[in-house]
Amino acid sequence: MAVDLSPIDKDLLENIAGLHGMPNGAFNVRKNGKLVERNNSANVTIETNDQGGLEVKVKDNAKRETIFVPVILTKVGMVDTVYNNFHIGRGANVEIIAGCGIHNDEHKTTQHDGIHSFYCGEGSYTKYIEKHYGNGAADGTRILNPQTKVVLEKNAICEMEMSQIGGVTSTIRESNITIGQGAKLIITEKLMTEGNQTATSNMKIELVGNGSSVQVISRSVAKDHSQQVFNPLVTGNAKCSGHVQCDSIIMGKAKVKSIPAIEAAHEDAQLVHEAAIGKIAGDQLVKLMTLGLSEEEAEAQILDDFLS
Amino acid sequence: MLELKNIKFKKILNDLSYKIDDGKLIVITGPNGGGKSTLAKAIMGIVKPDSGQVVLDGKDLTGKSVTEISNAGICYGFQQPARFKGMTIKKLLDIAAGKRLPMLACNEYLSKVGLCSAGYLTREIDKSLSGGEIKRIEIATVLARNPKIAIFDEPEAGIDLWSFDRLTQTFREIHKSNPDKTIIIISHQERILELANEILLLDQGKITQTGTPDEILPNLGFVAKGTPECQLSEPPVLHGTEIPTTC
Repeated sequence: MAVDLSPIDKDLLENIAGLHGMPNGAFNVRKNGKLVERNNSANVTIETNDQGGLEVKVKDNAKRETIFVPVILTKVGMVDTVYNNFHIGRGANVEIIAGCGIHNDEHKTTQHDGIHSFYCGEGSYTKYIEKHYGNGAADGTRILNPQTKVVLEKNAICEMEMSQIGGVTSTIRESNITIGQGAKLIITEKLMTEGNQTATSNMKIELVGNGSSVQVISRSVAKDHSQQVFNPLVTGNAKCSGHVQCDSIIMGKAKVKSIPAIEAAHEDAQLVHEAAIGKIAGDQLVKLMTLGLSEEEAEAQILDDFLS
Repeated sequence: MLELKNIKFKKILNDLSYKIDDGKLIVITGPNGGGKSTLAKAIMGIVKPDSGQVVLDGKDLTGKSVTEISNAGICYGFQQPARFKGMTIKKLLDIAAGKRLPMLACNEYLSKVGLCSAGYLTREIDKSLSGGEIKRIEIATVLARNPKIAIFDEPEAGIDLWSFDRLTQTFREIHKSNPDKTIIIISHQERILELANEILLLDQGKITQTGTPDEILPNLGFVAKGTPECQLSEPPVLHGTEIPTTC
């Protein structure tokens, strides 16, 4: 089943999943809507579901499993929608590295809509890392509209790091998350837009179990004429705690709208939100210049660390 | 040699001239608003003087960018340091040194400013650091930069007594072990003033006195501590009923 990957494919894989060639352990590499290569491990099975996506099952109590499920799109004009379901067994400990890279060198639209559902079993730990990246010389449109659904069972912990590191023309991200008793979610979203790119992130997080908690961290950089909208909503329906923090750096003629919201329907719900939008502080630039960096290098360094 | 020639800036620096020889530890002191920080920033190129020159080893740095002045060998530790979301202390020290530093070297820089936990290196330079911690990290960045001319702007501000001891020791060590390097410290602390080869008293944008600590310190009024010039009147007696309780 092994397929030779072109230099463009390899570049995309490296950017979204840090991969040089095929990884060890369980993985599934999808290119232009088709399977490139798949591997199962002793505790992880990956199968094709009836929607053409993946059914990933992690056995109960599986430890330190790493699963790679990157997607690359190089066929111009393609619209690829994929439904992937992840079932994390009770007490399992997994790291899932996903992501989508689009290469589009022509004046057409290429689109990937990844619809991911996670069912995290009791006492499980899941780390999910997703990177979105686009490249290509021409002004072709590269669209990524991911949807993420997460259910955390009792005492499950999930850390999600989702980033869009450049080159994506338009994105609308939808996340729906339910957090059960004693379960904990840390979700970090990092976004950079430039040119005329647009990005919207709608997030609905519901704390339904006693002792549940969530931390939402959103950091973004908007350059040129790009536009970003953030809509994280945390609802507390139990004795729970939630913290939402949205930080944006705005540059050029960009527009950023940050609307963090909290709703509580329980007297022991403790929810906090904070949001800030501002340009790079002058004292930061000057400090790095006193250490020998040029103004451009200082700016790049500040943005790089802000999104790291 | 660092030469300051007839520097004027608004009404803050008033035709200020001075020559600082290599290897000296200079402490600049004087009343608030006297122009000390502005002078330091003018040397670093952060403030552009209206007239006058800053010359380092015969090279005119007047009008050069901060980056160029930094690369010429001058570094400035800010009185109020910047914070950087997402940047670790290790990263800032690496940038200062211009290379990736081994962990051991980073720990040494931090211990020189009284930060003695390796756990600091991975911490972000954000609001989670206290005023005293960020101030010491700022000083550590100047040490890591290892410039020919290091300028520290009120390095003792916000630092606890124990760390202050360590800091004065560090200034003494750097001065002793680097005979070619110049240290300029803006300070009001007697124990820092005592370290100086030369003290400059800056008032209303001019250097009004210069000399060794023995010459200058007796004139600064430190020995007259305990005899305040302002006599405070007795505070008024407050009755419980007069204290507003609504705010």
